[in-house]
Amino acid sequence: MQYDQSVLTRTERRVFALRTLYSRAGYRSYRMRKFEDYDLYSRNKDFLLSDRVITFTDTNGKLKALKPDVTLSIVKNYKDRPDELLKLFYDENVYRVSERTNSFREITQMGLECIGAADNKAAGEVIRLAEQSLALVAEEHDYILRVSDIDMLTFILEDMTDSKSVRSELLRLSGEKNIHEIERLCAASEIPEDKCRTLTSLLGLYGDPEEVMEQLKEICRGTAAEDEVAELQDVLDHIFRDQDRDSGQASRIILDFSIIGDINYYNGMAFEGYIDGIPECVLVGGRYDKLMHRMKKKSRAIGFAVYLDTLGMLGRTAGDQAIESFFSS
Amino acid sequence: MGTMINVALPKGRLGEKVYKMFEEAGYGCPDIFEGRKLVFENRDAGIRYFWVKPSDVPIYVERGAADIGACGKDILLEYSPNVYELRDLGIGKCRMVVASPKDFTDDSEYPLRVATKFVNIAQDHYASVGRDIDIIKLNGSIEIAPILGLSDVIVDLVETGTTLKENNLVVYEEIMDISARLIANKSGYNFKSAAINKLLGRL
Repeated sequence: MQYDQSVLTRTERRVFALRTLYSRAGYRSYRMRKFEDYDLYSRNKDFLLSDRVITFTDTNGKLKALKPDVTLSIVKNYKDRPDELLKLFYDENVYRVSERTNSFREITQMGLECIGAADNKAAGEVIRLAEQSLALVAEEHDYILRVSDIDMLTFILEDMTDSKSVRSELLRLSGEKNIHEIERLCAASEIPEDKCRTLTSLLGLYGDPEEVMEQLKEICRGTAAEDEVAELQDVLDHIFRDQDRDSGQASRIILDFSIIGDINYYNGMAFEGYIDGIPECVLVGGRYDKLMHRMKKKSRAIGFAVYLDTLGMLGRTAGDQAIESFFSS
Repeated sequence: MGTMINVALPKGRLGEKVYKMFEEAGYGCPDIFEGRKLVFENRDAGIRYFWVKPSDVPIYVERGAADIGACGKDILLEYSPNVYELRDLGIGKCRMVVASPKDFTDDSEYPLRVATKFVNIAQDHYASVGRDIDIIKLNGSIEIAPILGLSDVIVDLVETGTTLKENNLVVYEEIMDISARLIANKSGYNFKSAAINKLLGRL
């Protein structure tokens, strides 16, 4: 049956476009139950954005939760096959506490996971798909995919101090690009100036991957992050090798090392997508081999999620457009 | 049209000082102190200013109505907005302190009654030293609380100490130094990074 696409809502059209993109790239749709054993979340609290989940007691007396997250459930149900590559996408509702309203909200989330033999080539493909996802959902608006290798930050921080609390404070400040407070904290914690400078220089990098990589090599020479530079270059080669085969549209990927994540779960590549006119992140992703290890799996994994609800802000947000019309009236 | 940077400025003395810094850096807006308008722009310089309530600056920036903004570190610590903190502007310097009547001694047997506008800062401070407190949120005239026996101490900003002295209070303990910071929206930064970094370079 032929049908009219105009009957779809904006969100449905986006879901449709993304499903098409992921299916064509060889990912298969994955469905799961709304409920999950509460135990899974209580053991992996830090992985979740908030430790509060909606719980209820099932008829057999077991404590259940409404899913606050999809990745954990996929990993839990995954049979460990480190030599094969499993490619999945999902379109699910999750239940989380909104930071702003401090109450539970239902969030529509679409995402994909690449699990098993998820090497740098797979990472390159996932990052490319993340960029293409942004291009699809941004419609006529500009977008940016910020990419980082969070091991870079992890290694540099580990080399700076043995104090866990100072490290976690430095990590938080890194996420704010807060150079002046980092310098103050380094001075107060008696961290050598050259090590402090390595961190602040790393955070100062921002822009086109090719240009940034040249500067990164200089900054990391002889530091704890030196070996990681080649690793990042390898992933970038995979991203841009694939891209040559595509339409030749200019890449909107930039490198920015101020992306932070929980280092107990994430490692290696991390990325965040932004659309001009939406004040917050609309796509979040990265490698989570450490989560796999914590859940006793040898496989590696990388994936991302697109926040479809956040996209609803497109076209009705504050900022340039609203102000322009104020001045022209 | 070139890129316009939207700047949220805190109404009052601090905001005027910050504006002067921007003006000296080449981002002036001729009629900014005239009338009661709240939005001003200078298209040639690529800048637009909004005057907003100081404690609202992080909200405007976090929600993307402004690309950047200036506000005191006290407000950032109190509200923890998800923004970049790009620069310590080095102005609006003051201290966040615990102040008490001269003869005050802390009796650890009871929770300490603390009056403040800065509930989160006070709670974080006392949690870090493991002291039980009873927090009393006030919105102004904090110094009067110990005089009336409403609280044992206050947590507040002190610039010169004159107000404390006039109310027979002394600094019991310093919590931290405060100054004005330049903050930026985490999304907007990506689309206006060249213009924002140019501005930062000139400040």
